[in-house]
Formats: sequence, structure tokens, C-alpha cells
Amino acid sequence: MFIGVDVGGTNTDAVLMEGSHMAGAAKVPTTADVTSGIVGAVTELLKQSPGAPIDAVMVGTTHFTNALLERRDLAPTAVLRLCLPATQLLPPLVDWPDELKGAIGGHTFMVVGGNEFDGREISSLDRKGVRDAAREMVSRGIRAAAVCGVFSPVDPRHEDEAAAIIREETPDLRVCLSHENGRMGLLERENAAVLNACLGDVARRTVRGISEALNQLGIDAPLFMSQNDGTLMDTDFAARFPVLTISSGPTNSMRGAAWLSGITDGIVVDVGGTSTDVGALVKGFPRESAVAVHLAGVRTNFRIPDMVSIALGGGTVVTPDPWRMGPESVGYRLTDEALVFGGKTLTTTDLAVASGRADVGARKLVKGLDSSQVERALAEIRERVETAVDRVKLSGEDVPVVLVGGGSILLGDGLAGASEVLRPEHAGVANAIGAAIAQVGGQMERVYSLETGGRAEAITDCSAGAMQRAVTAGADPATVEVVDVEEVPLTYVPSNATLVRVRAVGNLALSSSGT
Amino acid sequence: MWQATEDVLAPIATGAGILGTGGGGNPYIGQLRARQAIKRWGPVTVLAPEEVPEDARVICVGGIGAPTVGIEKVRDLQSYHALRAIEEFTGEKATALISNEIGGSNSVEVMIAAAKAGLPIVDADGMGRAFPEFQMKTFFVYGVPCCPMAIADEKGNSIIIRETITPAWAERLARSATIQMGCVACYAVAPMSAKQVRNTAVPNTLSLARDLGLAVQDAHDTGGDPLAAILDACPGKVLFSGKVVDLDRRTTGGFARGTLAIEGLDEHGGSRMVIDFQNENLVARVDGEIVCTVPDLICAVATDGGEPVTTELMRYGLRVTVLGFPAPALWTTPQGLAEAGPHHFGYDTEYIPLQVEGT
Repeated sequence: MFIGVDVGGTNTDAVLMEGSHMAGAAKVPTTADVTSGIVGAVTELLKQSPGAPIDAVMVGTTHFTNALLERRDLAPTAVLRLCLPATQLLPPLVDWPDELKGAIGGHTFMVVGGNEFDGREISSLDRKGVRDAAREMVSRGIRAAAVCGVFSPVDPRHEDEAAAIIREETPDLRVCLSHENGRMGLLERENAAVLNACLGDVARRTVRGISEALNQLGIDAPLFMSQNDGTLMDTDFAARFPVLTISSGPTNSMRGAAWLSGITDGIVVDVGGTSTDVGALVKGFPRESAVAVHLAGVRTNFRIPDMVSIALGGGTVVTPDPWRMGPESVGYRLTDEALVFGGKTLTTTDLAVASGRADVGARKLVKGLDSSQVERALAEIRERVETAVDRVKLSGEDVPVVLVGGGSILLGDGLAGASEVLRPEHAGVANAIGAAIAQVGGQMERVYSLETGGRAEAITDCSAGAMQRAVTAGADPATVEVVDVEEVPLTYVPSNATLVRVRAVGNLALSSSGT
Repeated sequence: MWQATEDVLAPIATGAGILGTGGGGNPYIGQLRARQAIKRWGPVTVLAPEEVPEDARVICVGGIGAPTVGIEKVRDLQSYHALRAIEEFTGEKATALISNEIGGSNSVEVMIAAAKAGLPIVDADGMGRAFPEFQMKTFFVYGVPCCPMAIADEKGNSIIIRETITPAWAERLARSATIQMGCVACYAVAPMSAKQVRNTAVPNTLSLARDLGLAVQDAHDTGGDPLAAILDACPGKVLFSGKVVDLDRRTTGGFARGTLAIEGLDEHGGSRMVIDFQNENLVARVDGEIVCTVPDLICAVATDGGEPVTTELMRYGLRVTVLGFPAPALWTTPQGLAEAGPHHFGYDTEYIPLQVEGT
């Protein structure tokens, strides 16, 4: 049996899954140290099902990234760019917030190396330059390094060589290579590698803390962490790539909604207390955003779900005169402040109860509301959600819409653009279910010249790379399959150069992952 | 005369994005590079065309390569190296620089070269918008030779194209060299006189880009209507407003070609606009009828914020308003239209100038 845990901003949810059956669920407040909340939720689950055999625990948490926002416990980190004589005008860390740059020491190095878009070398790698930089890192007491070569997604060998040289000089220094975590876009990929490098210590400690706490509960199963794309990583991988967890929450929620509803392609509408998040599911995974993501003021190109958020939820405050809804919300104080709960604030939930759409609190407390006004307001809510649904769609066709979240009582069963509207059971723990059902994935991105190789060959090669990465990450080779192939032709390059990106996923290989 | 300081880079990027008519690439890197150059070498003086001294030697510089490569192998001082190469070849020192293209992020190259060389730039360019091909410049249409031309990469390589029989040949040769150089080169063309600049450049385009950007920013800060602010800064009209419903994009011959369909909302409800593009927007039709063509500017901006939306960023569901601006006068003459009118892009239709109230 699997335990899935999702550590949210307010609650830590946990579920116990036996195959495709949910055997138990628990919800406890999230704690500042994260681990106690997880222990609390898991303890509650084990109380419900004593002696349940646990095969794996999957945890979704964005805790690693808090250290970035608070600029604490960050390792002094060096950035080594393999690029010269190219890309000097914008040196590493060029657009970072000064405080964060200061917190990691601002150690940057540029040496001769890197590749062209078609795989040629800009220059052969300056091994002596790398060695000198490594010695300088040691003398400055640096504990982590990010290595980023120009066009390393096309040819990672310069990065690999540089890492080997650094390890020869100083085996203890933790090295993050940009090609392992990123796509095209030098600055964004380099930034991502630096963030992973500087968070390594925190990540290792957090993962070890969770692992030890689970052991103390008598759970001897492997621990996995959820990542942004809805797949799992083992604890070693998580410690190396902590930033891949930043948006695991919304991803798990959408994946859980897909699983609960049986819908693999459609739209998920998650109506919370303060806001509504709307995202698209493609083959059971959230569609990813193409735009740059900022994390603690640093521009990166992580893959996160492409979502539209609107400031409208079950706790949104309604003012009758002049007529207005939100963006203020009573949030988690809904059960104290809303009229139906004896409070003094008119909220969207009160409107839903007044109309008879929802049955929470005491309906008699909202009897005085003007029913035509109430209906107009609920129609406006529906229209705002419909617009958001339309914005995340891939085409004009009607698609299934899955409603989750406590605030979904605001919506009726008819939505423009929806072929059907589903409200699955257990939607309150969709996020923890998303963690528990996650598979293991791998992604590969390279530029191919279609004139020399041909399209089919390029896709085969890239697919093999992605599938290999999935297996390395812990997937059962027999179950690995390609879920997404993307081709982006490069404009102004007549040699038919095309960027190919392939994503593969497979089921967790339990026998081979006994760490 | 004014100073291009760090403060005006963001508005210029927004304005140049609007004038980019759908093309122009990623504005982030260009803006960051210009900021870095100005930080290092100081602000750049911008001269109005009429302020250019009579004995001036004005060199046009610009980038040539692939935007998709430029986000990975970020450009350095290629424009400065090309400038020095052409100066050495011609034996004439530049006294001012001019941009090749205001639309998109290309106009950044002239600022970087100027900052490094300590030269002023002219508030003008060779397009007044963006176009997909090198030779589509008002300079060349009105008799400025495009050769000799220097092309430089970041490695220290530079070449001179001494002479070509047509500007299109210059483009062809330059592009071949650029690919070998790794797709992020810059070029510089032999000096123009002050008179040539005044007669053949599209005037006041850098300040126009700045003013468009400031208008959007101001509307943002004060809660004003960004579309009205844009039309205030540059006379034009709303062609259509709606949501993107279809995007058919393919890459042929190194260009992004395709069509964009927008379904009308509000006052345009029930209608449909289709825009043909080749990197830049070429022809806009509403319900099958042409409402605007090149060389007039067809610019899509976000309906709620006024920020430019490039073809690259277009996707289903985006709410966009399509604005039309009359082409600079240099493009609407018979010579101008021969180089950049609808016929040049393979359309059967004649150019019908966009009618804007009050102009």
C-alpha cells in the first residue's frame, strides 16, 4: 500500500491507497517544521488501518523553497559558465536580487568552452581554466557549484568534463550540471542549476528528517518526493534537484482530480477559499507553462502547470452597494465570519446557500437577501469561471470539467465550454491522492538537424534518452512509455534545425528502489 | 537631444514590441544587455535627425541570426566589432550610429555599440517597424548602398562583403556566414552622410517606441485605458478585438509563417479576424475582407494591459486587440511598396492605405 502526503500552506493531507482503492484519509494542520505535520497525518492514517503493509511513501512539499525566500541555510555556491569567448556581457547571476546574490556569495567564473546550436564547439574546453576555478572555489570555502555550458542540452560533454575536473580537485564539493535540469535559455537554466546547488544542504536535511521520522513510526518503505511535472523522485534526486518541487502542490491536486474523476483530458477547476485555480489536463498530466517562472526574484525555466488564477473563492467578500465581489476574502475564517455561520460578513458562500445550491450553515440567516440579486451574482461567478476555463483550453471544443475544492459549491452543473461537469468524491484530499498515484518520469531535450538525420530518427533518439532518464530516476523499465513529444523548429536557421523535447513516464519500480 | 538611460529601456522594449508587429523575439535578454552596457559605459546620447551635424558619418548596425539561438548563446559586443571592422575597411570613422530596425529587440544592438564606442545614436531607423529580411530597409530603397558591409561574431571573426549586385544578395551571403558563425552575429554598413540619413531613414522612431512604452506604463500605474493611451501616443485605430481561437504556424525557409484567427468579442462579436504572418503580421482580414496590409503596421496587444503579444506568445484563449498604424511615408511610395508592399510578400491585392481619423 502507498501513503501519499501533500503539505499545503494550511493543511497537511495524507491518504492510504491500496491499488486503486482509497483505504484511508487524514487532514492535520501544517507545522512550521513540516515533519511534525507529516508525522501527525501519517500517525492518524496508521491508527485507522493498523498494521497496513506500506510499500512506499510519497510526499509533496514546497518546503525547500522557503529557505530561498527567507535566504537562510543557503550554501556558499560558485557558478562556473563554460562559454568564452561568447556570452560575457551578461555574466552569471546578472539579474539576481542583490540580497540573494549576497546570501550565496556571488562567486562567478567564466572559462573557455561551450557549444554552438548545431553541436560544434565554440572552443574546446579549457581544462586548466576549470581546474584553476575549482582550486579557487576550495580556497574560498565554497561547498556547491553550478556548471552551465552554452548549448549543453545539445551536447553535455563539456559540463560532464568540467564536473569530473572539479571532483578531482575537491570530491566533497556538490556539483549541479545545468543540462540535467533544464531546457534552452542559458540564463534561466543556469539560474535553476544555481538554485539547486545552493539549496542542497537544506534539501538533504529536510529529506533526512522526514525519512527518520517515518522510520520512527515503524515505516521501513522507500520515500519519494513529488515534483512539478507530477512524477516522483527518490530522496537522492530530490536533494540534488530541490527546486523541482516548487509547484508540486497544484500539480498533485490536478493529478488527483484526474484520477478521482477518471478524466485524463479536460479542465480542472479548484475553487478554494480565496481564489480559483484553473488548469488543463493532457493525458492525465497538467499542461505546462511556456513562460518564465520567477522564484525568489530569480528567473528560471522550470516546468510548472499552466494555470489561470482568479481572485474568487468560497470566502470572497460581497458588498451589495456598490455591488462588488472580492478580491477580499475571509479565507479560513469563513466558518466564523460568513452570515450562514452566524458571522457578519456577506460572502459568496452565503449566496450559494441563499439560492439553495449549497447546504452549509443555517439557511435562515440569509433569508433576507434579494433573490434576483443573488442569482445575478452567482451568474457573474459562473461567467468568471467560464472565462478562466476558456483561457486554459487548447481549442474551442467543449471538454469535461472537474470541480474540486470546498468552494466548488458556488458553481452549478452547467458551464459554458464544458461537455460535462464532474464533482468527484474525496476531492478534499485530491492533492494527497495525486502524490500517492504518481509515476516516475524522465525528460530529454535536444536540437537535431533534420537534414542530416531525419525526423523519425531524431524523435527515436530523443525518446530513448527520455526513457533512459525515467529508468534512472526509478521507473520500472517494462512500464516506461513516451507521453509527450514536442518539436520546435528554429526560425532563421535554414538547415532545418529543430528542437525536440520528449517526456516519458513509468510505474515505480519497487524492487529496485530499496533505499 | 535626449539621453537613453537605464530608466527608458523598459518603455523602449514595450514600444519596440508593439512596433515589432508580431515579430522581434524575446525582449528580456535585449533589455538586460542594454542595461548592462549602459551600466558599464554610461547612457547613450540620442540625436534627432535634424540635429545630426552636416559632416557626420552615420553607420547602421544590427543583429543577424536566430532569436532561438540568441536566448542560449547570448550576444555580446558583436555590433561594436562589426562597427570597428567596417571603419577599418572604409578608412572612415563613425561619428554617430543608427539602428537597422526599431521593431522588436533588434534596436538594442545599436545602443550597445554606441555605449561601448562612446558615440551618439540617431533617433531613427531603417524600417519604422519590423520586417523579416535584411534588405527591407528604407536606406536601401532610396539609394544608400548596402555594401561594403561587415559581419562579426563573438569569437573574433569578421568578414567584409565588399560588393553585391543587389541587396538581396547581401542578405544571402550574410546569412550563410552568420550560420557558420553560430547564428548570433551583427553587421555594420558603410557610413551614410547626414543628408542620406535625413532623406532615407524613418525619423523619430526611438522616441516613438519610448512614448508608446511610457503610455502603456502610465495607463498601468493610473488605471487608465492602455489602448487609448497607445493611440494617443501614435495615431492609429483599433482594427479588431477578440480572443485567439486558432493558430496555424509552420516554419518554411527559416521563417515562421502561418495564420492567426481571432473571434470577435463585444463590439466585434460575431465577426472573425484572420491575420497572415511571416515572422511579422502581413495581412489582416475581417470576415474575409482585407482591413490592413503591409507596409501598414498590424499590431496585437493584450486587451486588458496593452502589452505587445508576439506571434510566438499567441495561444488559444488570449484576449487581444489588434491595432493598425499607417506605415511611415517612405514605405508608401512606389519604390517603397515594391520592396515591402503586399505584392512583395506574394499577395495579389493592392496596398490600400489605412484610414485614420484626424491624420
